[in-house]
Amino acid sequence: MLLKRVITMAIFGLMLVGCGQSEQSEDGARIVRIGHVGPLTGPISHLGKDNERGALLAIEEANQANVVIAGERIRFELISEDDEANPQKGTVVAQKLVDSEVVGVVGHLNSGTTIPASKIYYDSGIPQISPSATAIMYTHQDYETAYRVMANDEQQGKVLGDYAVDTLGAKGIAVIDDRSAYGKGLADEFQAAAEAAGATILTREFTDIAKTDFTAILTKIKGLNPDVIFYGGMDSQAGPMMKQISNLGIKAIYLSGDGTQTKQFLVLAGDEGNGVYASSPGLPLDQMAGGPGFREKFKQTYHEDIQIYAPYAYDATNVMIDAMVRADSVDPEVYLPSLKSTDYQGVTGQIRFDERGDLQGGSISLYRVSDGEWEYIETVGGGS
Amino acid sequence: MDIFAQQVINGLVLGSVYALVALGYTMVYGILGLINFAHGEVVMIGAMVALAAVSMLMTAAPEMSPLLMIAVAAIVSIITCMVLAFSIERLAYRPLRNAPRLAPLITAIGISILLQNIAMIIWGRKYKTVPELFEFDTHIIFGANITDLQVIIIGVSAILMTLLLLVVNFTKLGRAMRATSESQKVAGLMGININKIISATFMIGAGLGAIAGILVAGNYSVAHYSMGFMLGLKAFTAAVLGGIGNLGGAVLGGLLLGLIESIGAGYIGQLTGGFLGSHYQDVFAFVVLIVVLVFRPTGIMGERVAERA
Repeated sequence: MLLKRVITMAIFGLMLVGCGQSEQSEDGARIVRIGHVGPLTGPISHLGKDNERGALLAIEEANQANVVIAGERIRFELISEDDEANPQKGTVVAQKLVDSEVVGVVGHLNSGTTIPASKIYYDSGIPQISPSATAIMYTHQDYETAYRVMANDEQQGKVLGDYAVDTLGAKGIAVIDDRSAYGKGLADEFQAAAEAAGATILTREFTDIAKTDFTAILTKIKGLNPDVIFYGGMDSQAGPMMKQISNLGIKAIYLSGDGTQTKQFLVLAGDEGNGVYASSPGLPLDQMAGGPGFREKFKQTYHEDIQIYAPYAYDATNVMIDAMVRADSVDPEVYLPSLKSTDYQGVTGQIRFDERGDLQGGSISLYRVSDGEWEYIETVGGGS
Repeated sequence: MDIFAQQVINGLVLGSVYALVALGYTMVYGILGLINFAHGEVVMIGAMVALAAVSMLMTAAPEMSPLLMIAVAAIVSIITCMVLAFSIERLAYRPLRNAPRLAPLITAIGISILLQNIAMIIWGRKYKTVPELFEFDTHIIFGANITDLQVIIIGVSAILMTLLLLVVNFTKLGRAMRATSESQKVAGLMGININKIISATFMIGAGLGAIAGILVAGNYSVAHYSMGFMLGLKAFTAAVLGGIGNLGGAVLGGLLLGLIESIGAGYIGQLTGGFLGSHYQDVFAFVVLIVVLVFRPTGIMGERVAERA
């Protein structure tokens, strides 16, 4: 009986000691874990995988460069979790990352999962940089742990709304969104901007990220005869939707945001995709400071093209590592202030944050599909 | 008026597919009293196998006529689904035939998740585009657009459903199926090989499901590993709406559900003065289901199932 108690106490004691010690890799470097979250399964898993690869590339480069922080050689490890683009799952994996003592999180991909998860990171004091969550609310919750390296939907929706009215000459507009935080947020901003520019919103329709049949709402829209149909949502819906628009004989111009401005959209929409307009935050890859070089590097490592957000995930990871190096600490509490004062030349451009954690001087680019390829039109805003 | 006509056509196309899938649910329920939740996944496998077969043929024999290509792909897919359904029944459901009803139900959900994940491993997580083998014309009737493909979907579904009703009502196999559904024990005593009949039921349902999968993939030009889940759920709803266990009910329920969904989504805003929008599309369909079940617990065409329970 006594022996049992001694053993139990010994084990317990060992566990306590174990907690205090930092883990080391085989070659004696200190292991530091960075979390990544995105949808790695489900309809938009190609985008999640893309982000994961971007983050992984940054981690591998940092390891090759043998980063030294506080006199210790650091070996970074990426713990990648799947949130299935599901807000509930997003909070579960966020807690899991917090429990596995990550020092920072790159993610999530969707605004819908990023926002609920940001509370968990905030409560645990873990810095979070989202490469692609553009919903305004994310940085408007007064969480000093929440950052993003991409222009937000306020900027994007405004540019799209103005473009629809001023350049495309739209008078009547039908708006559809996918009820996600991203899709709804973008559609709301677009609607406000388009109305302010003098257009009439004929109807607001809704779908969700599991649907492929949109004929009912499109038929209703057809009866209203809009000049422009705006969709706030992702490519996996926009692609099939475009085919149904063409089958129903709707002539309106199709306009959408960055969730649609992808290679996958071109594949899914086929010939019917021609003539579609979409925007994307930031500059096109070719015009980014380190764009072409990054494209090469990515292709060499993964033998696949970049989908869309990988450069942002790459930059987000590097910004986080950069903040740790400048603070000379991997302790989230210590390096968080230096994250705030980031001034980093990334692949996607110069990265500086405003007091909310939003990217300063974020720009929005517009594209149009012609001959089955995205053709760059212009970039609005930015200038840093 | 042309908008209404368009919504009716949308609903009929959607409903035909629901009906075809619903038959698979209702046949199995009629005989075993089991809700085969894996049926939606069988439909998905049907679509994916056909798609893989077509892509293979397009690279192996590009000069082959598209019609022959789709015929070969359809046959491959139907056979795969039949073998799959046979194996599922043999390996997962038969050992549990005398177990409490909850056990096979949970097994069905397990099989559904298993199949989804297998499909994800084989074909990846991306939405797959269906190659356009034919140029489909668009026709205008009553001011509504309908493509050739949609005519084919309605036509093929109608033919298959009629065939099934003929088989069940006028052939020896059909009589054996109906007898088994009345009472497995007595049917067995009358010299019917119940195991064979149950296998046949699963396989016929899977064959119909495979065709439904091909039609859905063709109509939306996309296929992916999770496409069967929602479709299965809707078809199951259709089967319950029509009266689960009743073949005519499944057809009626499918068509009704399709119409309710598309007309509901199109007019719900006007009906409620803008209070409810098209995001209540699914809610609308399920509310109708609940209302029907409150007044007719056995579904529209359902029969008494008390002695089965």
